[in-house]
Parts: sequence; structure tokens; C-alpha cells
Amino acid sequence: MIKFIISVFSSSNYWFIVLRSTAPILLVTLGAVITEQAGIKNMALEGSMLWAALTGVIVSAATGNVWAGFIAGIAAAVVIALILGLFALKLDANAVLCGVALNLFSTGGTVFVLFSLTGDKGISSSLASKTLPFIKIPFVENIPWVGKIFSGQNIIVWISVLAVVVIHIMLNKARVGVRIRAVGENLEAAKSAGISPNRIKFLTLAVSGVLAGMAGCFLSMGYTSNFTSGISAGRGYVANAAQVVAGGTAVGAIFASLIFGLTDAMATYLQNIGLPPELIQALPYVVTILGFVVITLIRDRKELIRKKKLFEKDRAKPLASGLGA
Amino acid sequence: MDYILKTGNISKIYPNGTIANRNVSLEVKQGEILGLVGENGAGKSTLMKILYGEEAPSSGEIYLNGQQVSFSSSLEAIRAGIGIVHQHFMLVPSLSLAENLVLGHEPVKERTRFFDFNTAVKITEELSKKYNLPVYAKARVVDVSVSMRQKLEILKALYRGAKILILDEPTAVLTPQETDELFVELKALQQHGHTIIFISHKLNEIFKLCDRVSVMRDGRLIATHVVADVNSQTISNEMVGREVQLHLKKEQAHPGEVVLKVRDLSFVDDFGIKMLNHVSFSLRKGEVLGVVGVDGNGQSELVQILTGSAATLTGSVEAFGKNITNSSQRAIRRTGIAHIAEDRMTTGAALSASIEDNLIADRYLDSSYSTKTGFLKREALAAASKEIVRSFDIRCGSPRQPVSSLSGGNIQKVVIGREFTAKADILVIAQPTRGVDIGAIEFIHQRILEMRSKGKAILLVSSDLQEVMTISDSLIVMNAGRISAYFEHAEETTDKELGLYMLGLKTQTSEEIRRALHEA
Repeated sequence: MIKFIISVFSSSNYWFIVLRSTAPILLVTLGAVITEQAGIKNMALEGSMLWAALTGVIVSAATGNVWAGFIAGIAAAVVIALILGLFALKLDANAVLCGVALNLFSTGGTVFVLFSLTGDKGISSSLASKTLPFIKIPFVENIPWVGKIFSGQNIIVWISVLAVVVIHIMLNKARVGVRIRAVGENLEAAKSAGISPNRIKFLTLAVSGVLAGMAGCFLSMGYTSNFTSGISAGRGYVANAAQVVAGGTAVGAIFASLIFGLTDAMATYLQNIGLPPELIQALPYVVTILGFVVITLIRDRKELIRKKKLFEKDRAKPLASGLGA
Repeated sequence: MDYILKTGNISKIYPNGTIANRNVSLEVKQGEILGLVGENGAGKSTLMKILYGEEAPSSGEIYLNGQQVSFSSSLEAIRAGIGIVHQHFMLVPSLSLAENLVLGHEPVKERTRFFDFNTAVKITEELSKKYNLPVYAKARVVDVSVSMRQKLEILKALYRGAKILILDEPTAVLTPQETDELFVELKALQQHGHTIIFISHKLNEIFKLCDRVSVMRDGRLIATHVVADVNSQTISNEMVGREVQLHLKKEQAHPGEVVLKVRDLSFVDDFGIKMLNHVSFSLRKGEVLGVVGVDGNGQSELVQILTGSAATLTGSVEAFGKNITNSSQRAIRRTGIAHIAEDRMTTGAALSASIEDNLIADRYLDSSYSTKTGFLKREALAAASKEIVRSFDIRCGSPRQPVSSLSGGNIQKVVIGREFTAKADILVIAQPTRGVDIGAIEFIHQRILEMRSKGKAILLVSSDLQEVMTISDSLIVMNAGRISAYFEHAEETTDKELGLYMLGLKTQTSEEIRRALHEA
């Protein structure tokens, strides 16, 4: 077993798959982070991904242009996010329930559209859809081991890295970041300062839609080369959990999504040692949930110990007074 | 005319039929400090919301500099030069003071268009210097005192170009010293040519600060006086509409044995601030132990830990010799501790539930009210709640109507009725009269003293200094999560002295504070 694990970890192919598996989850997690900062939970990320994946395939097949498909996919994802905004912000419905409803609609809706177009309920293989380009990096590709990991990755992998930088700047350097945090933390304060909370929330929803859209397109036009029913496979939900682990930062999102990426990639290898495939398919989710639970427990525990320590130096003179904190 | 702001027959009727303002014609002179007094529910806040564009009047006009205006949002009011400092601050806790100040009008760097923190700090510091309102521009809001947050709120209004400043009960959260400081600063603002509307129900403050005072009652503007020509008895009679008894009869206390032992409690909030830092004291039978302090110095956390809604990190709580440290609320209630929560709207009462259901919320499991099979004995419950409604003078149509349909004072009577009939020997009472009208305040104070005469042990936490001082037998002062002073006899101190301890400018020695333990 140990031998197996070592052989996996030393394989450049494993790390190649880790990056490939992490990229889509990283993008959606960033989407979940930014809306959460503005105080709205985007549960519809899953639905956004599904529609993006399907629209990307259809439009790229119809136009013969992969970028047209990519843009159309993103647009579809943004539309879903904005519909959530319409219900939750304008019509005052519960955001989480609306998100779940949109996801259910998307699961059925995408299959319906797929079936209407192709007569197939499972896969879009009859459509001549395109895939997003894979990037070979000159010189790097010749470096042994490392080259095999980084060169030849899909463009979306690099876009996801870029997205981390962009979201980080947006939240921490840009003017809009101050407003997003103000809206998320004290809505009334933001309102009284003349900021429209709904505009900020819609903005973050749109951004999360773009991110989920790119992730969705990647799944059907890069990760695989077809749309299959339920292709997002719960990543939108995982992202909402990962967002908590990320602690509201773009950098934190990398670590949170790596947990998923590492186990998702491991699952591919476990197929080779004869574990039942149903178990393997569930593994990334089980490990991710356990990972999140453990991380949260450790964090809470650390927090409690830290809090208790705060008082240790005061213990010597518990009754003496002063300015305290 | 030299009236900068005038309202003409403003009326406001809410959709549920409540009449908040009736034909109010308020006149504010250029450059004056106008006091606006009235009991809770008199319509002061509604009137100010109308002036600030947060609410639209049902009828009537507003004149600014003689021009008729109408504001459809607070942004328009800000643009017209009207600023407000709300009682509940409109600040974002994790952002810096500078960021809060410029929020909505953030400066950006020329080249990158990124947020320019340094310029925001500079703006804040310059403004702070100009108006002599000292603040730490770079500190986060959570890390600064309430009084600094208030200064920041005033600066925010000025930064947005306010010429007329509305202050909604600004002194409610301040110590006497901070109040004096605020008054100096407000007078300086007046020198700068600003006009100030000062809302309060503390008459001594009106006399100290204001040029004129307007009195409101039942949504009407009753009278406006030049402060120099009027006395406080006249104003308080106008506020209440009848002669008010301002004094309370109180007998000598006879404290018995210790029933509640609080030792070494500590608590840290989510922002890492030590809200309680090794707090210890004892509560005896037949005494009212008052806890004073500026809001946010650990009083709320202390109450939460004693009543089971927060957990202490260190130390212990013992009631009647039983260890109840971090026990559940139900277990704590079973040992005989009742609790009047500081916020009746969220924790004290269930607003959408009926009066009856609220009154039995802590005792429905008793065998006299529910059967062994788990059904409620509705008749017994109805009879019991009817009795409480009667004896606590809860003004309602029927005990079955929802609590939300009652006035603030009557909701508080529901809470007090439940807790005072809970057969508990320890009462933890927080903010018993916050936002309650004068009539109900008298009633509540008398009931608390009655409970003391019955030998109950009472811990009274209130941000109304006058209230704690009159009702309490002994006093604890809290500052920054610690006990900074203990007075065995409340009458041996003054509000000024308490203010020094509340601010942490003075602290007693540990031996003096140790007296609060009542350990021989």
C-alpha cells in the first residue's frame, strides 16, 4: 500500500492530473468566495456549470469556433447566476432554496436540451464540438518530470491561476473590494454610505457566474471532450463548502480546492488496484468532506487554545485591574 | 426668516395604522443646537427619518432654507447637507476607520485606479484635526472605543458635507466624562456654523447643551422653549402629559448568605478581544448587585455566561453550591436562575408567538402544565398566564394575541412577568427598562425592589447609570472586561466617580475589588 502511494506521488502523471482536477474546483470556489464576501450564498454554481458545459459544446459545434462556444458557455452561466440574483435580491426569496431549485432545473433542463438536439440523453458525442487549447510551454516541456506536469495543460488551468490573482486584487486592492466587504459585513452601513448593496451583490454574482462558466466549459471542452448528463458532478456544492475552508480569501481557495484535486486524481489510480468503481467515484467527495471537517475542527481547536492562552499571562493577578485588552 | 429647516404639518401613518407623527411643525434655526425630547414612541425617530429621507411623510412639507424639498432617499438628504448619527452605528467592524469614513466616496490611485488607503488616512486625519474630533485613522473599528466610533460617525457626516447634523441619543452609550467631551466638540461644531438637532431623553443634557428644546408626545409637537427660560419639571410634565414622580421609595437592604459564586470568568469574542478577563464576584440573598460600565465592556458576555448562552474559557460559576459552569440554559434555570434578557425583541420574547405562549415558555414541561404523555394542559396554562397578565398589568386585548402587537413597555412586562414568577431565587436582569416609557419604568423598578424584599438575589446590568445607582445596594464597575471597582454601598459613590472607573482612568486595588467575593 505504502509502495503504491509512493509510486503515485512520484509519478509526474499524478501531479498533472492533480492540476487538471483542481482547476475547475478552484474557479468555482473563487466564485463562492466572492459572493460570500458580499453576503450572498451562490448555491446555483452547480447549475451555472451545467449550462456552461452544455452551451459551450452546442455553440462550438454549431459555429465550429471553440471561443464562440466558450463565451456562450460563460454567458449561460452568468444568466443562471443573475436569475438567482433576481429571485433572491429583487423578489426577496431565500437564496439557498432558489439556488437548489435552479440546480434541479439545470440537471433536468440540460438533459432535455441535449435530448432534443441529439436524441441522446447521456452524451453529446454526436455533436462535433471543439476543445479548448492545451498549452505546450517551450523549454519547460523538456525539463524532466516537472515538464510533464506543467506543459500540455489546458489553458483553463492557467486561467484558474490567473483568476486567483484577479480575485485577490479585486477583494484587497480595488475600491470595489472595500465595498464588497462593507456590504457583506454591515449592509445598513454600506447603504447609508450611498452604496447600493444589490448592485454589489449582483456584481459578485455575475463574477461568480463567469468563474463557474469557465469551469463548466472546461469540463466538457478540455477535461473531457463531450457534455455528459450531470457533468458538474457536485463541484458547485463542493465549492460552497470549500469557500468556508478558504476563509474568504482567494489564496485560501487554492488550498481548499487542492484537497479535492489531490483525491480526485488519486481516484484515477485506485481504479488500477481493483477497488470497486462506485467506491472510487465517491472517494473524492468523502475525503473532501472529511478533510473540511478535520480542517474546521483543527481551526476551532486552535482558536480555543489561542483564546485560552490569551489569559495565561493575566492569570498571575486575576483580580488586579487595568486596561486589560 | 432665519430658519434653516422647517417642517409644515408633517404626519406619518404607517400601513398598520400606527400614527407616528401628527401635524408636526418643527422649526430649526440656523446655527443653533436644538434639543428634541420625548418618551420612546413619541415620534422623534420617525420625524428624523423623514428629515433624513429614510421615510416618506404621509402628508406635510419640508422646507430647507425656505425652499420646499422632498427627499426620496437618504442620499438626497445627504446631498442637501443633512447628516445623521444613528443610535446604532453604521460602521463596518473589520474595516479601518479611514475606510469607513470614505466608504462610498473612496479615493483611488491615479494610475492603477486601485483603492488609495494612504489618501483615505490623510483625509481622515485632516478632517479629524479640522473639527477637533480625535480618531485613529488606521485602526480597525472593532479595536476602538464606542466614543471614538461615534466621533467617526460625526466625521463621516461632515465628510459628506452635512451642515445640519442630527444626533439620535448620542449619549446613551457614553460615560459622563465622554458626554462632557462630546458636548465640547458639538459646541465647537456650532462655532463652525453647523446646526445640530440633539435627540435625548435626559433633561440635564438638554440644559447643558441646547439653545432651544422641542418636546414631543404621542406624535405631536407639544411645545418649543428657549432653554434658558424653562425648568425641567415643565418639560418632563409636557413629555409625559401628567405629573411625574421622579423618586423611588427604597428600604434598607439586608443581604444574606452568598448564593451565586462567580469565579475567574474569561471570554474572547470573534475579533479576538478579551471581553471578560478573570471576573470574580459573589451575589448574596436579598441584595441588588448593580453592574455598571460603558456598553461593550463585558457586561453582556457576563450575563450570557451566567445564563448559559455563552461558554467561559476559564473559571467556574456556582449557584446554591452547585457547579453550573457552561451548563445548558435549561439546567441553569432548573437550579433557580431567571433571566431578563437585554434584548427583548430577539432573546427575551418570541415576537410572533402569543402572550400566553411567551409567559409559559420556561415552565410548559412542569407536571402542572403538561401531561405525562406529552400533551399541554391548555386550560391550566391559560389560567396561569391570565393571572400574570393581570398582576403585571400587561395591557392587551387577549393573552392569545401575538407579542409583536404590544408596545415596548408591555412586551417588557411580559418578559418580567414570566421571569419574576419563575420561582427562581436568583434573578439576572439586563437592561430592564431600555426603550420603555416612563410609566412602565416606575412599575418595573418597583417590582425589582419587591423581589429584593422577598429575599431574591438580583444581578442588575444596565447602561442607564442613574437606574443602577438608585436601585442597587452594591455596585460593580466593569472596564475592558475586568472589574475596576466594587462598592459595597451604592450610596458611597457618585456618577462622576463611577465614570472614572468605567473609563479605566481609575481602578481600585485588588484587595478592594476582592471584597466583592464576600470571602471571610
